[in-house]
Amino acid sequence: MADISIRDVRKSYGKDEVIHGVNLDIQTGEFVVILGPSGCGKSTLLRMIAGLEDITSGEITIAEKVVNHLEPRERGCAMVFQNYALYPHMTVADNIGYALKVAGMPTAERIEKVKQVASSVGLTEFLDRRPGVLSGGQRQRVAMARAIIREPEVFLFDEPLSNLDAKLRVQMRHEIRRIHNRVKATSVFVTHDQHEGMTLADRMVIMNKGTIDQVGTPEEVYNAPATTYVAGFIGSPAMNFLPGRVLASHAAVVLEEGSSLPIPSQAAQTMDGKLVQIGARPEALSLCRPGSGTLTATFEFYEELGSEGLHHLKIEDVQFSVLSENKMRLDEGTQIGVTIPQEALHIFDADTGRRIEISDPIHAIETA
Amino acid sequence: MRRAYFKNNWIAALVVAPQLLIIFVFFYWPSSQALYWAFTLEQPWGGGNEWVWFENFAYLLSDDRYWQSVRVSTVYALATTALAMGMALILALFADRQLRGYKSFRIGLIWPYAVAAPAIGLAFRFIFNPSAGVASYLNYAFPDFWDPIMNGSHAMTMVIIAGAWKQVSYSFIFFLAGLQSIPRSLTEAAAMDGARPMRRMMDIQLPLLTPTFFFLLVINITDSFTDSFGIVDTMTSGGPARATNLMVYKIYEDGFRGLDYSGAAAQSIILMILVISLTFIQFRYVERRVHYT
Ligand SMILES: Nc1ncnc2c1ncn2[C@@H]1O[C@H](COP(=O)(O)OP(=O)(O)O)[C@@H](O)[C@H]1O
Ligand SMILES: [Mg+2]
Repeated sequence: MADISIRDVRKSYGKDEVIHGVNLDIQTGEFVVILGPSGCGKSTLLRMIAGLEDITSGEITIAEKVVNHLEPRERGCAMVFQNYALYPHMTVADNIGYALKVAGMPTAERIEKVKQVASSVGLTEFLDRRPGVLSGGQRQRVAMARAIIREPEVFLFDEPLSNLDAKLRVQMRHEIRRIHNRVKATSVFVTHDQHEGMTLADRMVIMNKGTIDQVGTPEEVYNAPATTYVAGFIGSPAMNFLPGRVLASHAAVVLEEGSSLPIPSQAAQTMDGKLVQIGARPEALSLCRPGSGTLTATFEFYEELGSEGLHHLKIEDVQFSVLSENKMRLDEGTQIGVTIPQEALHIFDADTGRRIEISDPIHAIETA
Repeated sequence: MRRAYFKNNWIAALVVAPQLLIIFVFFYWPSSQALYWAFTLEQPWGGGNEWVWFENFAYLLSDDRYWQSVRVSTVYALATTALAMGMALILALFADRQLRGYKSFRIGLIWPYAVAAPAIGLAFRFIFNPSAGVASYLNYAFPDFWDPIMNGSHAMTMVIIAGAWKQVSYSFIFFLAGLQSIPRSLTEAAAMDGARPMRRMMDIQLPLLTPTFFFLLVINITDSFTDSFGIVDTMTSGGPARATNLMVYKIYEDGFRGLDYSGAAAQSIILMILVISLTFIQFRYVERRVHYT
């Protein structure tokens, strides 16, 4: 009913173009997370969907209707703002019921509806208070209630959890997912926090400086990042990168310091001599005796993470980390071996940063 | 707050002395003189002042002319304030809707406040002159439409417009600053909630301007009681038939034309009490009003 389609949308402020031709299709009832670092244009994109920002070129349709020139109120979207944007001079009840009041719903009916929605988010006792006396979490709930009460076709969230402390953030995240499962409205959720994105999303959209780098489920984005940018942004601790060159004669990627990482000879043939970036997630690696692994590194320092340990290493001048259950303490400067399983390798074109698929990853795991 | 400490108190004294001197010469000394005159009466044939307690005040309060002056002053103050604040609010609402370069015309709009009252009076005297000014065209089209020289309410209207023009800029700056300090996300949230621009203004912007509104109300009323002298003096000299004989102007008239120092002093004490109580209301109630966070 309310799928959203974004066709080659651009946005400029004066001469600066900040959104460079974005294409995206969002299905009805889907929960889509737009993820990217601060300043990459997430809010701008969301605000163009909402109607708070003009679309410089391109087309946005909601439920098959082009909305480019429609006012926000004609688009059927509700939005939760980062700073909540509660009306400070109105009570919680009036805040929640404002949209219904504007729409001309009779008072008695409105009050009933407000009570019902307030109780669904646990705000019943606070209906007479002003937002100023509420805690961050309570304000967040008011903002949610204000959006829910309209029963919108589309929910838009602009970093709604970033002003909360860590514990509350997780709690509200679950709350938002529960609400989504209940009301099943199409939702677009903007955040710069990858955990938030991974846990909430049906599909994720990774943005990079005004363009979309990848669209996919959280698993796809994690397992097969489309660019070095996505690979480095998703996953914590961040993916390791090493520069190298494909040599068909070795059927491997040969790193600068000389060690070689074998790849299927078929793939090596087709890209012989190509400069690449090797990516490997810290959690896919393990430590071993120097000389026995895939490559040898110099130990720098260790971080204890409770269930696991994170070893920070250096290969030539490149930072490298290994996350494993191995909690061995070492002296700074010690040589240590690292094992990189072939299926853990991600290969990216060194020039474009795009992923190079060497084989079907599932097939690779089976043969390993 | 940072404090400066001086090792020797006499340096501190030296630094503040000029300021204290100015305050003394231009405020405390005249005020105390006024107080003295207000409670005394000069002997008709010289020989010093006679202490008469509240006789000057009692005389004033039983004088119809004084009450007439209070009445026209009140009309002037309320009308000027309403007109100035109304205009200022409308201008500020327009300016807030992001006209490009509003910063430059914000400076343009503050200028009237910096223009001396007599200059404003002279300019408006020309504009409203029934036989030579801009208004003469009106009189040409509709004979006897406009005659501030003979008609009291015309004169009052003229003085009110000039006074409001002077005050509009000050209120404009505060209203605009108030509007700009309302987070944009609030009006955006209201837009998402379905409110049109007019509705957003009534439901969101104006209620959030309430503290600014009360602040300006007191400032404007105080200003129109005390700062109207130059305009009245240049435009109407209090006439015709005392129709624009505002309290400040009457003090000047009685004191310097009528040479009734005691009566004028008593009037200025009353005006001073009025202004002090307005200021008190300002500090006590308006400043402490709920500020939404
Ligand atoms: N009103 C504006 N005028 C000019 N530039 C803007 C405006 N709003 C945002 N930008 C610019 O657009 C880019 C994207 O901003 P935004 O969408 O807010 O990023 P994000 O939400 O991802 O942090 C930023 O470089 C920002 O400086
Ligand atoms: Mg943002």
